[in-house]
Amino acid sequence: MTDTPAIELKGISKAFGPVQANKDISIRVMPGTIHGIIGENGAGKSTLMSILYGFYKADDGEIWIHGRKTEIPDSQAAISAGIGMVFQHFKLVQNFSVLENVILGAEDGGLLQPSLSKARGVLKHLAEEYELQVDPEALIEELSVGHQQRVEILKALYREADILILDEPTGVLTPAEADHLFRILEGLREQGKTIILITHKLREIMEITDTVSVMRRGQMTATVKTAETNPEQLAELMVGRKVLLQVDKVPATPGKPILEIENLRHVDDQGVERLKGISLDIRAGEIVGIAGVSGNGQTELLQVLGGYCHATGDIRVNGTPIDLTGKESDGRSRRARGIAHVPEDRHHEGLILPYTAWENTVFGYHRDAQSGSGFLMDNAAIKAEAAAKMERFDVRPPNPNLAAKNFSGGNQQKIVLAREIEQNPDVLLIGQPTRGVDIGAIEFIHQQIVALRDAGKAILLVSVELDEIFSLSDRIAVMFDGQIMGERLPSETDQTELGLLMAGMTNGQEKAHG
Amino acid sequence: MDKMPAWADAVLVPLISILLAAILSALVILAIGESPTEALWLMIDGALMRSSGWGYTLYYATNFIFTGLAVSVAFHARMFNIGGEGQAMIGGLGVALACLFIPWPHWSLALLGATGAAALFGAAWAWLPAYLQAKRGSHIVITTIMFNFIAAAVLNYMLVNVLRPKGAMDPATAKFPEATHLPTFQDMFSTAENVIFRGSPANITFFIALLACVAVWVLIWRTRLGYEIRAFGHSETGALYAGISPVKITVVAMLISGGLAGLMALNTTMGEAERLVLNATEGAGFIGIAVALMGRSHPVGVLLAALLFGFLYQGGAELALWTNIPRELITVIQALVILFTGALDNMVRKPLESIFLSLRSKGA
Repeated sequence: MTDTPAIELKGISKAFGPVQANKDISIRVMPGTIHGIIGENGAGKSTLMSILYGFYKADDGEIWIHGRKTEIPDSQAAISAGIGMVFQHFKLVQNFSVLENVILGAEDGGLLQPSLSKARGVLKHLAEEYELQVDPEALIEELSVGHQQRVEILKALYREADILILDEPTGVLTPAEADHLFRILEGLREQGKTIILITHKLREIMEITDTVSVMRRGQMTATVKTAETNPEQLAELMVGRKVLLQVDKVPATPGKPILEIENLRHVDDQGVERLKGISLDIRAGEIVGIAGVSGNGQTELLQVLGGYCHATGDIRVNGTPIDLTGKESDGRSRRARGIAHVPEDRHHEGLILPYTAWENTVFGYHRDAQSGSGFLMDNAAIKAEAAAKMERFDVRPPNPNLAAKNFSGGNQQKIVLAREIEQNPDVLLIGQPTRGVDIGAIEFIHQQIVALRDAGKAILLVSVELDEIFSLSDRIAVMFDGQIMGERLPSETDQTELGLLMAGMTNGQEKAHG
Repeated sequence: MDKMPAWADAVLVPLISILLAAILSALVILAIGESPTEALWLMIDGALMRSSGWGYTLYYATNFIFTGLAVSVAFHARMFNIGGEGQAMIGGLGVALACLFIPWPHWSLALLGATGAAALFGAAWAWLPAYLQAKRGSHIVITTIMFNFIAAAVLNYMLVNVLRPKGAMDPATAKFPEATHLPTFQDMFSTAENVIFRGSPANITFFIALLACVAVWVLIWRTRLGYEIRAFGHSETGALYAGISPVKITVVAMLISGGLAGLMALNTTMGEAERLVLNATEGAGFIGIAVALMGRSHPVGVLLAALLFGFLYQGGAELALWTNIPRELITVIQALVILFTGALDNMVRKPLESIFLSLRSKGA
C-alpha cells in the first residue's frame, strides 16, 4: 500500500438553495480499503457521492484521485477516472441480456459482435476472479435481485473501475445474498480495488469496512478506524446524542386472538397469485413480525388486510368475519372494524404530501364524526386536534399548517403514527415503520409501537430490516413467495435460520405449519 | 420548502404571462401596419369604459366562469375534461326543452327549472366518459373530445329534424315563451332617467355564475367530498389506502364538472338568444381550459381569468369594428393569451422560481 489516497476530497461544499447539503467535507480513502460512509437520511451521503460521480457540481472544494487533482463534470469523466457506481436502484435494461447490459454505452464500434465477444471473455475472467458468476446470456428480468446487483458490479469492473461506490447495496438482498456480496467486496479489496460503501446499517459497517466516516447534517463528524469503534459510538456520532439501539420492552403477555387469518389468497391485476394461502393468528398484546425479502407478498398482505383489494379466505377480527370481496372491503370499512394501518409507503399511501399536516391527521377518518358533521368538515376542530396530536407525538416543527411534504421522513412517519394510534384500534398493521427515518425518530417510533402492544392491542409488523424484526417482535413469521415458511420465537432463532427461511429453504418439517 | 411565495405563484406568473402575450400581440399589430397603443385603447374603451361595453364583457365572462369552474373541478381530481364544449351544448338542449315544453308562470321559476335541466343534461353528457375512464381505463381526454363531436351532431339533428318550427329556415328552436325571458342588466340596473347596459346581453345568469364560484369553493375546500376529490387527484394509491373509491370520485367529479359546463347554456341560450341555436357555445368550453389553468383551479382565480378573457372577447370585437385589423388576427391575439397563460405557464414559472430561490439563499 502506498501513502497516496485513492480518493481525496478537500473541502467539498454544495448547497441547494437554502439547504446546505454538504459543508466543507474532506476525506481520504486509501487504496485497497473498504471505506464506509454512514449517516442518517438527509445527512448528505448521496449528495457527496453524486458529486464524486459527476451528477452534481460542487460549489467549492477539490477532488484528488490517485494524487492528481481531477475535475469531474459528468459521469463519463468519473468513469474515465476509474470510478464505478452501483446505485441503490439498478440501472439495467430489463429485456437485454447480461452481456448487452455490460457493454451498453461502452461499445467499441458500430458493430456489436466484436464488443460482445470481447465482453464475454472479460466477464468469464472476472467471474473466476471475484466469485461474480452470472450467466452472460440470461435476460436481466430473469435474474434474482442479488444477481442483478452482480451485473451492476460487473458493468463497473468492465469499464476498468478501480474505485467502486456502492449505495445502500444490501437494502434489497437476503442475508445470504448480502454475505455473498461481502465476500465479493473482500475479493475486490484483495485485488487492490478501493471500495466506498454507503449505508445506514451499523452492522454492515462493523462487519466489512476498514475505516468509517460519519456524516451528520451535511458535515463529516468523524472518520475512525472500524476496529477502534463500536456501534454505540457510531450511532451517537450520527445522531449527536446517546441512542438506545435495543428496544426496551418487557416480555409479552398475549391474550386471546384478535386478528385471525385463514387460508388467505390474493391474485393481482396481472393474474399472478401473490398470496398463496396465508394463515396467521395475532393475539392481544403481541407483536408479530413478518420477515422476508421485499416482493414476497408482504406488501399484498398489508394491502388485503388494509382493504385495498379483494381476496379469498377468512379474516376475523374479535371473532367476527371481515368482508373480503363485497361492498365492505375497502379501507373505510376496515377502519370501522378497528383495523388501523401505517402503510409501507407513506409518500403515496399514508400521506397526501401536498396536504397540510392537519388535513393529513384525519386522512382515512375524514368521513367520521370526529372530522365534521353532514357534508362539511370541521376544519377548525381538526386543526386544533392536530396541533395537540403533533405535540404528543413530538412532531417537529409542530406546525399543523405546514404541508406534509415539508416534514422530514421521521416526522412524516410520526404524523401517520399519531393518526393511527390515537384512533385506539384493536389491530395495528404497520409496514416498514422506520424506512427512511432517522435513528433518533426510530427510537421514538419503536417505543410507541411497544406501548400500544402493552395496551393490549394486536400488532402486525412488516419490515425488511431483520434487526427491526428481531428487536420488536414477540413472534416472527417468515414469508417467501406468498407463503409463510414458518414461525419462530426471536429467542429461539437467529439470523442464519431466518435467512434460510427467507430464501425459501425449509428443513422439511416446517411446511405443515403454514 | 416551497419554491416561491404564494403571491408570486398566484399573481406574478399570470401577470408576466399576459405581459408577454401583450408584447407579442403588439408586434403582430405593428407588422400589419396598425398602432398597438391605439388598438389597446380601443379595446379598453370598447370593453370597459362604457356600461354597454361592460355588459358584453360580463356576458362573455359569465360563460367562461362556468366552463372554467367545470375544468377546475375535474382538475382537482386530476382529470382533464376537454368536453366542456359538448357538455355545454347538451346543457343548452336541456334548457331549450325545459323552456319550450314546460309552461312556466314566472321567469324565476323558469330559471330554477332551466338551471336544473342544464346541469342535469351537462352532467349526463359527462357521465359516459367518466364511467369508461373509471371502469375501463379509456382516457378521459380522448373520450370527452370525441363526445364534443357527438354532441354537435346530436344538436344538429335535434335542431334540423326535431325542434325546428315548421317553415323556419335556420336550424334553431322557436323563440322561448315570454315568461322564460330573463332580466338583463339593462332591466335590472337602469332607472327611467338613466339607462345603462343598453342593449347588452349581460343578464341575471352572471349572479348564478358568482354563486357557482362560492359553491365550488365550499365543495373543494370545506366538504368531505372535496377533501376526497383533492386527495384522489394527488394520489390514487393514497385514496385506496384511505378507503376512497376511485370509481366513485372519478364519476362524481366528472358529473359535477359536466353539470357546471352545462350551466353555461343558461347564459347563452336562455339569457341572450332566447332560443337554442347551433354553435351557441362559440368555443367557450375550450376557453374554460385556459381560464382554469390561469386561475390555478381556484374559484377566485377562475373569476379573474374569466373577466380577462371576457375583456379580450369584447375588446376584440371592438377592434374588428373600428380598425383594419382583420377578425382572424384578433383570434390570433386571443390565442396568444391562451398560449402564454395556459400552455407556456412553465416558461415563466421556472425562471421565476430560480430567481426566488437565489434571492432566498442570499437572504439566508
